[in-house]
Amino acid sequence: MRWIWIDKFTQFESGRRAVAVKNVTRAEEHLHDHFPAWPVMPPSLIIEGVAQTAGILVGEARAFGMNVILAKIRSATFTDYAVPGDTLSYEVEIETLDDHGATTRGVVRRGQEEIARVDLMFSHVDGAVHAGLPRHNFVFTGTFTDLVRSFRPAPPGSGGGDS
Amino acid sequence: MTATREEVLAKVRGVLVEALGVDDDEITPEATLEGDLGAESIDFLDIVFRLEKAFAIKVNKVELFPDEILNNPDYVEDGKMTAEGVSKLKAAMPHADFREFEKDPQIERIRDLFTVATIVNYVELKLKAA
Repeated sequence: MRWIWIDKFTQFESGRRAVAVKNVTRAEEHLHDHFPAWPVMPPSLIIEGVAQTAGILVGEARAFGMNVILAKIRSATFTDYAVPGDTLSYEVEIETLDDHGATTRGVVRRGQEEIARVDLMFSHVDGAVHAGLPRHNFVFTGTFTDLVRSFRPAPPGSGGGDS
Repeated sequence: MTATREEVLAKVRGVLVEALGVDDDEITPEATLEGDLGAESIDFLDIVFRLEKAFAIKVNKVELFPDEILNNPDYVEDGKMTAEGVSKLKAAMPHADFREFEKDPQIERIRDLFTVATIVNYVELKLKAA
């Protein structure tokens, strides 16, 4: 099971930028304890959501042919809390992309209000080269790629299938 | 106009402050990236990306950090880099100062080749070639 921290993509421009939304709900179990009587979405999970948004954007830019691993949080600043009932948008853009990896810039908004900035770095990992890693693509399974299915052209003759 | 060495150093300093979260005054030309500034392996990719942006140059990671020589067991004998390995590394890294390393080419001393000055030298070579 993958722990998915975005609900859907609302914008997706291949190789350039993407926007995903995350609805914060009181039903999420982690909010029951973080904190009792004062549920706040942990910033680490917001970072994870931005990383999933950006990671899928980076992976799609190479047709999901490479494993894309979050390598470094270059910077993360938060100016407000996210609480149940909030709808967050994660707006990310690719800053650099090459064979080694990518850097991305991200803004988290609640409505029009910016509540965080998260800049990340990803590494491209090839299972055929790096010892100890699976040889197949272990990042972009259907769970992730399904999220952007509607934004991608269907492979010829597939009727819109996914890997 | 060609950037002076001081101008290049100032920009490299900015890159390393952001990439490594160190203080500006820690970044002397002699400071080693790993030993003195606490860089980890993944930081090298970050440094590459930031150098590209700061100087508008294309940085080949393998050129700056030639892993295929650095991590090649064929060039290691009794914990030291072989003469052939040193020779290949010198050819691959004209931007590094090998004088100290050559005196005692212990493998664990390879990391000391990667100083702030090494990066400044590399950028200067790139800017001259552009």
